Amino acid sequence: MSSSSQSPTTRLEFHAPGQGRGLREVFTNRFLLKRIVNKEIQVRYRASVLGLVWSYIKPAIQFAVFFVAMGIFLGLNRGLPNYAIYMFSGIVVMNLFTEVFGNSARIIVGNGDLIKKIYLPRELFPVSSLWVAWIHFFPQVAILLVVDLLVGWHPTLMQILAFLVGFVIVSVFALALGLVFGTANVFFRDSENFVDLINMVVTWLSPVLYMWVLVANTLPHWAVVIYKLNPLTTAVELFHDAFWAPTVTSQVPYETWHVMPHLFSYWTPIALVVSFGLLLAGDLLFRHFEGKFAQEL
Amino acid sequence: MARKIALEPRDERVVVTAQHVTKTFLLRHTRSIKEAVVWLFKGRKKDITNEFQAMDDVSFDIADGESVALMGFNGSGKSTTLKLISGVMHPDGGAVGIKGKVAGLIEVGAGFHPDLTGHDNVYLNGAILGMTKEEIDAAYDDILEFADIGDFINTEVKFYSSGMYLRLAFSVAVHTNPDVFLVDEILAVGDEPFQEKCKALIRSMVRDGKTIVIVSHDLDMVEKFCKRGLVMERGRLVFDGPCDQAVRFLRGRALDGSEDPERPPLSEAEKAKRLFTDEERAAVPVRVRIGGPPLTAAERV
Repeated sequence: MSSSSQSPTTRLEFHAPGQGRGLREVFTNRFLLKRIVNKEIQVRYRASVLGLVWSYIKPAIQFAVFFVAMGIFLGLNRGLPNYAIYMFSGIVVMNLFTEVFGNSARIIVGNGDLIKKIYLPRELFPVSSLWVAWIHFFPQVAILLVVDLLVGWHPTLMQILAFLVGFVIVSVFALALGLVFGTANVFFRDSENFVDLINMVVTWLSPVLYMWVLVANTLPHWAVVIYKLNPLTTAVELFHDAFWAPTVTSQVPYETWHVMPHLFSYWTPIALVVSFGLLLAGDLLFRHFEGKFAQEL
Repeated sequence: MARKIALEPRDERVVVTAQHVTKTFLLRHTRSIKEAVVWLFKGRKKDITNEFQAMDDVSFDIADGESVALMGFNGSGKSTTLKLISGVMHPDGGAVGIKGKVAGLIEVGAGFHPDLTGHDNVYLNGAILGMTKEEIDAAYDDILEFADIGDFINTEVKFYSSGMYLRLAFSVAVHTNPDVFLVDEILAVGDEPFQEKCKALIRSMVRDGKTIVIVSHDLDMVEKFCKRGLVMERGRLVFDGPCDQAVRFLRGRALDGSEDPERPPLSEAEKAKRLFTDEERAAVPVRVRIGGPPLTAAERV
């Protein structure tokens, strides 16, 4: 006993077990995060011959269906040059959002068996959903880039920046909502259904398949403001600016489409503030209820 | 009512402290709409019958290097206590404090995923239990050797026999090397040689002065391994003192407070298996003793 009283453990300060430091835990537990991401990927593609190739196939099929239905049948191709690229640059945003949001809202309940038995920083689960979604996102961007390069895309630095900022906005916004709905899902499984509902309509709440000008011309002013306050609308427009606008060589009629006024100076900062503010709120909410996860699951 | 408190300071040697800890569970979560309406109209009073007090004002300190047995019948609050120490749950009232890393043989295999190979599960589970990549790399060969599963390491865990599965999970858990080692019912699994291996390992940890908390119903085993014993009953700590007395206390409780039936005195060989001498155990002070069987002549001193 006399020797052990000098052990380094005794010189430490007491801490309350299982009190996480919120999203900051992610940076101190990178190795664990990597293993969880590795598990998610392996489990999803177990016994699958094509594996990650599926993340190219699915968006490609989705793209083809929308293109045929909207572009050809509804004739939107004639209205807007390179409509296919316009649409696809919006769809990759929505695919990223719906995947992060859908998975992170479910992942706490999905890993309930582990969470109620062993303590580990639980924020790692929603963040791992984000990471996995990124792994699926970049193949889609690669497809987009290939098509872009074929039609002679030569972006400026500003457009690359628009892509990066849009990417940050979608990621943060989706993770923030995932934290909120993931927490709610522990207590009320109705939450999952809300998530599905939101994912179902979210594509139509942003100018993915149509042009934002249509909304501005149709809805009253206050509704248009709400429409633009949606960070996803900003992110989609930033992606249009990055991937679609540089490919358009002919003049688009002003009443069909033009750059959203104050997109960079006004709406982009707002989208960043909304997304990061929501992330902060989601993190606080998550930490507040985290202590009850083990007994509720 | 229960409220959270700030930790009171403790002697430097204390590495785990529980101070006036209470934990309440709701027995029924879902109400019918009718019940919910009735509840609303009755002024939203708390329905006491739906609550279960898993821990009631429990306080104890564990010093560095102590080996402590946590005993009690089913539902006495032992596992809840371990969950509060490991951080899975938080106390409703009172406070829990720990120093350093707490892990061990609790919920062994919970972090395993059947679709991953043994190798990937070792890394995933090691990470879940708080090991760094370097620590797992360094311990990897030892983990495989202790688990003794040979070439199966690159096979998906779902194809393992249940014994192999648990051996690998155990092996990872015992190599986490935490500051406080928690053990929950170690010997319910594995074949006899493996059980012996686990016992030998825990024995060596106790000898090396590792802080260990063992939860077990195997009273003969904990009597051998532990110096100090805590007995819980319906969420309250009713005994805290030398382990052999704690075991006798619990056995007396089983018989409704009557005398512990005569047990044959321990043979010298049996005594040799104990890790602590009678004198060492007797040096542990009795801190809590509520009710229980009458004191023996030795205990009255």
